[in-house]
Amino acid sequence: MKGFTTKQIVATGIGAAVFIILSRFAAIPTGVPNTSIETAYAFLAFMAVLFGPVTAGLIGLIGHGLKDAILYGSPWWSWVIVSGFVGFGIGLIANRIRLEEGGLTTRKIILFNVTQAIVQAIGWIIIAPVLDILIYSEPANKVFVQGAVAATSNILTVGVIGTLLLVTYAKTRSKAGSLKREV
Amino acid sequence: MAVEMLGYIEKTSPIHRLTGTTKLIGFLLFTTATMFTYDTRVLLVMGLVSIVLFRLSRIRFREVRFVLIFTALFVLINALAVYLFEPEQGVEIYGSRHVLLEGIGRFTVTAEQLFYLFNLILKYSVIVPIAVLFLVTTHPTEFASSLNRIGVPYKIAFAVSLALRYIPDVQADFRTIANAQEARGIAVSHGSLWQRARNSIQILLPLLFTSLERIETVSNAMDLRGFGAGRKRTWYNQKTMNQIDYVAISCIVLLTIFSFVVTFYDGNRFYNPF
Repeated sequence: MKGFTTKQIVATGIGAAVFIILSRFAAIPTGVPNTSIETAYAFLAFMAVLFGPVTAGLIGLIGHGLKDAILYGSPWWSWVIVSGFVGFGIGLIANRIRLEEGGLTTRKIILFNVTQAIVQAIGWIIIAPVLDILIYSEPANKVFVQGAVAATSNILTVGVIGTLLLVTYAKTRSKAGSLKREV
Repeated sequence: MAVEMLGYIEKTSPIHRLTGTTKLIGFLLFTTATMFTYDTRVLLVMGLVSIVLFRLSRIRFREVRFVLIFTALFVLINALAVYLFEPEQGVEIYGSRHVLLEGIGRFTVTAEQLFYLFNLILKYSVIVPIAVLFLVTTHPTEFASSLNRIGVPYKIAFAVSLALRYIPDVQADFRTIANAQEARGIAVSHGSLWQRARNSIQILLPLLFTSLERIETVSNAMDLRGFGAGRKRTWYNQKTMNQIDYVAISCIVLLTIFSFVVTFYDGNRFYNPF
């Protein structure tokens, strides 16, 4: 746990709180049963890019775990693990985007979206269903359909809302090396 | 936007007197056991134990009713979905087929399927009283110290404690922002899907910036007080373990071992009455 800065710890804690509030109050039902636009994942993706894999992975784990516990009475472990995985996976590109320095180029936005799509596809279509089968022996076609629906909706949510959050944030940062010496 | 969330409920009961560490260990072992087993006998015993413990805690049913109803609904919808997708999953698992009703097309009713669904519902439900109990009888600050006690690094334990501490604050922020935007005619509660998704960004952005600012303030305050300087940390709310704690932990360990033995002694985690 060396190198885990105070700021990252606080970001984990408060980030998890925001994740819980967003999944409780800011999920927009789509009309398809059990599927909603989970704005919490757009937020998670943003935190992943800003604070890196460890912080975002923990936000996913703690946020989702506590949310399930507080709202449903017990954590649904297979999906909690996937939330942690999604945060961690997207966080891996934090160093290549360097959001703090502003200057969010089109290439970086594409990198972000390709990464989030791959990570979430692995998480929701492979890890979550496989864990559901291993732990709960649920029928394969049911869990894979569920996973595919979750993947589609979450990839779109992060793609649209998550990208917008990044762009807006980047605009508030002054670009590194943007100062010029007056002659 | 009535808020119904589980939180600490102050009472005097044997369960409240146990240390947070004991309850955390109990909760984790109990969860692990129910995660692995699919044995009806084990699930029934564990269900019974969790109900007895619930009674012992003096928590009344109506104090946690909203969560239980919410979860029951969720578990039932899930079981229904399982049936719709695979009406003969039970036949596959138990390896025999007793048709009770031919039904329509592929939607047959077999004894195996009913038994499988019963087990599925049971498996999801037995953990609920224990998890609810753990949450409502453990003070949040003690929860963090317990995590630390069982080996979670204190920095992570502290993050969990921060999360619990800031849920009400973030919720207040969220509400203020949502009300302000609604006053401007930007609502997330109605309108077309696209409209609502677009409007949600108008709430998300202010919430994001407020939270980043809060992270800045809190982490500066903690740094100024020298947080993270030591390798270890003491906890104001940590209770010392008593004899009763060791007894409770031993019981739950025995229960876990019992569940694993009964579940796996015949090499299959399902109990097959057919």
